[in-house]
Amino acid sequence: MAEYQNIFTRVQIRGPAYAGVPLADGSWVRSTRPRFVHWLGRFGDAQLGPIYLGLTGVASLLCGFIAIEIIGLNMMASVNWNPIEFVRQLPWLALEPPPPEYGLSLPPLQDGGWWLMAGFFLTASILLWWVRMYRRARALGLGTHVAWAFAAAIWLYIVLGFVRPLAMGAWSEAVPFGIFPHLDWTAAFSIRYGNLFYNPFHMLSIAFLYGSTLLFAMHGATILAVSRFGTDREIEQIVDRGTGAERGALFWRWTMGFNATVESIHRWAWWFAVLCPLAGGIGILLTGTVVDNWYLWAVDHGVAPSYPGQSPIAVDPLTLPGAPQ
Amino acid sequence: MSDFIRRGSVLLVAAAVGLTGCSKIADVESTQRGFRGVGLVQLEDRSAAAATRAANVAPAALPAVQAEGPLASDVYQNIQVLKDLTVPEFTRIMTAMTAWVSPEQGCGYCHVGDDLASDNVYTKVVSRRMLEMTRHINGNWKTHVGETGVTCYTCHRGKNVPLDIWFKDPGPREARGLMRGRAGQNTPAPAVGLTSLPFDPFERFLRGPNDIRVVSTAALPSGSRGPSIKYAEATYAMMMHMSQALNVNCTYCHNTRSFAAWDQSSPQRTTAWYGIRLVQDLNANYLEPLQPEFPANRLGPTGDVPKTNCASCHKGAYQPLFGAQMAKDYPELHPPVPRAAPTEATPEGMMAPDPAVEGSTTPPAAGEEPAQGT
Repeated sequence: MAEYQNIFTRVQIRGPAYAGVPLADGSWVRSTRPRFVHWLGRFGDAQLGPIYLGLTGVASLLCGFIAIEIIGLNMMASVNWNPIEFVRQLPWLALEPPPPEYGLSLPPLQDGGWWLMAGFFLTASILLWWVRMYRRARALGLGTHVAWAFAAAIWLYIVLGFVRPLAMGAWSEAVPFGIFPHLDWTAAFSIRYGNLFYNPFHMLSIAFLYGSTLLFAMHGATILAVSRFGTDREIEQIVDRGTGAERGALFWRWTMGFNATVESIHRWAWWFAVLCPLAGGIGILLTGTVVDNWYLWAVDHGVAPSYPGQSPIAVDPLTLPGAPQ
Repeated sequence: MSDFIRRGSVLLVAAAVGLTGCSKIADVESTQRGFRGVGLVQLEDRSAAAATRAANVAPAALPAVQAEGPLASDVYQNIQVLKDLTVPEFTRIMTAMTAWVSPEQGCGYCHVGDDLASDNVYTKVVSRRMLEMTRHINGNWKTHVGETGVTCYTCHRGKNVPLDIWFKDPGPREARGLMRGRAGQNTPAPAVGLTSLPFDPFERFLRGPNDIRVVSTAALPSGSRGPSIKYAEATYAMMMHMSQALNVNCTYCHNTRSFAAWDQSSPQRTTAWYGIRLVQDLNANYLEPLQPEFPANRLGPTGDVPKTNCASCHKGAYQPLFGAQMAKDYPELHPPVPRAAPTEATPEGMMAPDPAVEGSTTPPAAGEEPAQGT
C-alpha cells in the first residue's frame, strides 16, 4: 500500500487503448493511434491520443502562432536581429503597447501597431480555444465546468488588455508582452494607483489565490491519505461513503471542527479558483476608472489605519511658501 | 516506506546543493526608522559596508592660510571668479584643485605654456565654470547639501572627469523600420539596476525641471487620465538610480503603505527632493551651456555634454564621503562674504559664511527655493 506515498504515480493501467465515445456527425475524426508512454504514466495517464484538433483547434493554434510570431519577431528586431542577444536578453525583451499620445487610435506598426495586432490574434486564439473546450465537453456529454473556469481567467486577461484600456481611453494602459516587462508594468501600475494592496478586490483575489492552493493541498493530501481504504474512487464515495471517506471526514472534524463532503470539496476548489481572476478582474477594472488612489480610498473608508507621524517629519516641499509651481 | 525516505532525502540534498551554489549569505542589518506598520526600515549589507566606507574617505585638508595680503585679482590677470581671494588663499585652492582633479597632470592640465592667465585650454574654461558651480551649490543649495557642502573632490576623487556621469543613452542597437523597437526600455541596463525599466531616466528627469509625481492626491479620479503607467515606469527607473547611487532601499525615504504620503516619510525624502532639483539646476545651467567648450572626445555618443546625477557625488554613500566636513576647510569654495576692508578679512568671517547671505540651513523658508533651470 506504499504506492500512494510517493511523489510519482506508481500505478499504471495498461489495458487496451480507449478510443473514446463515438463522435457526432460532422465532427473531425480523431487522429493518431493511441499508444502508451511509460514516462507520461509517471505523472498522469500513460495513454497518449487519440488527439482531436477540430476546426476551432486548428484556428486557435494558427492565431496563437501568428501572435507569438509577431511578438517574437519584434523582440528579435529590438536586439537588431542578433540571435545570441535574443536568447541572452529574452527575459528583458517585450512588445510594448503604443505610447499614451495615441490614445485609442490606430498607431503606426512600429509604434504599437504590432502590439495591437498581436493582442488581437492572441485574444482570438484564446477565445477559439475556449469554444473548442466548451464543444469538446459537450461532445463527450460532460458538464462545461472547465470551460467556465477558463472563462474566468480569460475575463482577467481581457480586462487587463482590452476593457480597461478602452475605459481609460488609451492602449498605452495595457500590459506589454514580455517576461520582466509585464512584471515591471505590474509594479508601476500599483505605484501609479496608490498601492494596489488597498484595493479590496485585489485582497479578495489574493485570498482566493492562496485559498486555492490551500484547498488543493488539503484535498489532494486527504484523498492520497485515504486511498488505502479505496477512497480514491472519489465519485462513488460521494453517494456511497466507505470507511475511508468517513475517516477522512472525521479527520477534518477533529482537526478544525468541520469538513467538506467528497462532492462539496470540489465545489469549494472550483469556486476559489474561479473567484481569484474574477475578483482580480473587477479590481483592475475599477483602478483608474473609479478609484485613482487606493491608499487614500482605504483611508477614507477606514481600511488603512492612521499611524502617528514620526519626528522629525518629512515636509512636502511643494506645500511650502515660495515653492515652484 | 524506506523507498520514500530514500528518494525524499536525495531530493533534499539536491535542493540544498542548489541553494548554496547560487546564493551568498549576506550579513544584512535591519534598522527600524519609523513608526511600526509604516515599514520605514533601512537595510544595510554589512559585508559590503566596509568596502564602501573605505572607498569614501575625504583626503586631509591643506594647511589653512592667513587671509591677508593682496587680492589675487590685483596681482594676477584674467581672474573672473575667485576675485575675492587673497593671493595665499588663491594659491591654496589652486593646489587643492590640482590634487583633487589632475594629480597626475598637475597644473599643466589647465595651464599650458608660460601664460597662466591664458584661456587657451578648454579644461581651464570648464574648471572656472565648475568653481562657480561649487560656490553656487554651497551658497544656494543648503536645502540639499546643508552645512556640509561640496568640494571638487566630492565628484572628482582624483579623476579628471568624475566617474559617475551620464550622457543621453541611445540604447543598444535595434532594427527599426516597421518593427517595434525597445521603446526606451527592456534591456538589462546598469543605470536602473539591470531591470527592464526605461534605461535612461536621466534624460527625462535630470535635464531640467520635471516632476516625478505620478500618484493622485485624491482617492477618486478627477476626470482627466493623469500620468500614464509608462510614465510611472520611468519614475520607478529614476528611483532605482537614486537607490543604487545612495546604496539604500526604497524605505530609506518612503513608507511601504503609500510612496506618496509625505507625513509618513522620513526627512531624508525632503532632502532628496531638493537633490533632484539641484541636479536639474546644475545640468541645465552649468553643464549643458558648456557644450561649445568641450572637445568631441569628452562628449557622449549623441554629442551631448557630460552631466551629473545622484551617483556623481554620492558614489554608494547615503551622504557623500559619509558626511565628511570637507568643504568647511575650504572657504574659497563658498560664495564670497563681504569683507570689512578689501584686504582685511577675519578668519572667522572666512570660515563661517554669513547666514544672512547664505540663507538658513534647516527646512527651507519662503523665498529660499533656488532658481530652477530653464
